[in-house]
Amino acid sequence: MAEKFEPKIVAFLCNWCTYTGADLAGTSRIQYPPNVRIIRLMCSGSVDPTYVLKPLLDGVDGVLVGGCHPGDCHYQSGNYKARRRIIALKEIIKNAGFDEERVWLRWISASEGQRFAETVTKMTEFLREKGPNPMRQKWAV
Amino acid sequence: MRTVIPVENGDALAAARGFLRQLLEAGVVEALLVPMETPSGTITPALVTDPDLLAAANPFAPVMGLNAARVVGHVSVREPRGKIGAVLRSCELRALVELVKLRQASLDDLVTIGVDCLGTYDVPVYVELHGQGQVDMAAYLATAQSGDLSPVEGYAFRDACEMCEKPQVENADIALELFGADLGAGIPITLSDELAEQLGFAPQEGDGRRAEVVEKVVAARTQVRDERFGDIRQRLDEEGIEGVFAACVRCHNCMTVCPICYCKTCLFKSPVFDHEPAQYMNWARRKGATRLPADTMLFHLTRLNHMVLSCIGCGMCTSACPTNLPVGRVFRAIGQQVQAVFEYVPGRDVEEPLPLVTFREDEWMEVGEE
Ligand code: FES
Repeated sequence: MAEKFEPKIVAFLCNWCTYTGADLAGTSRIQYPPNVRIIRLMCSGSVDPTYVLKPLLDGVDGVLVGGCHPGDCHYQSGNYKARRRIIALKEIIKNAGFDEERVWLRWISASEGQRFAETVTKMTEFLREKGPNPMRQKWAV
Repeated sequence: MRTVIPVENGDALAAARGFLRQLLEAGVVEALLVPMETPSGTITPALVTDPDLLAAANPFAPVMGLNAARVVGHVSVREPRGKIGAVLRSCELRALVELVKLRQASLDDLVTIGVDCLGTYDVPVYVELHGQGQVDMAAYLATAQSGDLSPVEGYAFRDACEMCEKPQVENADIALELFGADLGAGIPITLSDELAEQLGFAPQEGDGRRAEVVEKVVAARTQVRDERFGDIRQRLDEEGIEGVFAACVRCHNCMTVCPICYCKTCLFKSPVFDHEPAQYMNWARRKGATRLPADTMLFHLTRLNHMVLSCIGCGMCTSACPTNLPVGRVFRAIGQQVQAVFEYVPGRDVEEPLPLVTFREDEWMEVGEE
């Protein structure tokens, strides 16, 4: 019998808000699916499109970018720039034959441990529904 | 001011050379960056200070080996620099606007001399035509009047030119407006009153057919463009970018010739993607096989993300591709969509900020809040 599909998510979280929010979810013992692998960056504005593309091409099922709510970025405007970059990225990959719904951008503050857990839960369920990233099978990329 | 460069004996090329010479001799500029015929018959941009050497200048040469905006960057990017006149076709002017915004070129001390583009050949095609004595400048320039732009029979213009819907000069200090003109009689130009006075020109109207002919050329080219965009979008949909670029050898030629790709520390020229041998084995095991060189689609997708908002459609990428991939078509077709999202038109205006370096706090407020 085929193994049940479990999506893999790579998350790029900013140090000051979303990563701390994830940490809070942990220390508060809020349950969320173990499908996410977290990479901490200083700011959502430092997420180069390459970081999102590389895991997608390798076959990761979803990429989550997390940053501070607008107005709260530790570096003033990193998240506003990230917003534009992710909007451009989604438009580009959509037109290049990818499913742009596999990329999520979410603002989650340091105090929103609950929201972090809910986001990961929702994303995991969404990707379970969607099925595996076709790139898992494609070697010629 | 609109005026006309007088042409004698029907020789528009000689008249244009004379005009360039005048720019040097009147001290409007100290040097001209202009396409020059080399002794072997090929064309290369050169920075010319000796007016006598302008006998080899060819501002209309129907060949494009590189987007000259790149080399305008070399000679203008920082002080001290000379007062330079740069002869550029329309896609080169647009690239220059983007490079100025990217701080890779400067308009200070620069006089841009824009030329309507009647279509260009790839270098090997031009060399072949030249070798057979088939580069007939008078015949080529004659196509400007009607706007029936056509290559020498049995040959084709570059892919990008065939679908170029912006061949007319915009944003130049001096515009050589070829479209609609009987160039055997005179070359219509637009320039500032100040420059006109310095060069001794009085106002003179052309016969006013330019707008009409430009409209006709643009309509024909737009139709070709839309057909090609339709085809390539269908292919991207069906095969994905990995299908369309399946034959890529990751030589990076497209990036090397791209006027927008200026980064000296490009990630793809760095050792970042020199993986450990064991890493390739991991990938091969995971998917059963892994394409080599690795990260080929990552290269194209990253380049799209980094530069496509500024893609001005010169198509040098397609010209430079050793495996004849439709790089320019893909980048232009995707670029059109992404540029529309940000209501950005690359090359339009130096004052218009690059979409990824600017933002508004109150835009896309719903994004990230779900
Ligand atoms: S520091 Fe959190 S988004 Fe910039």
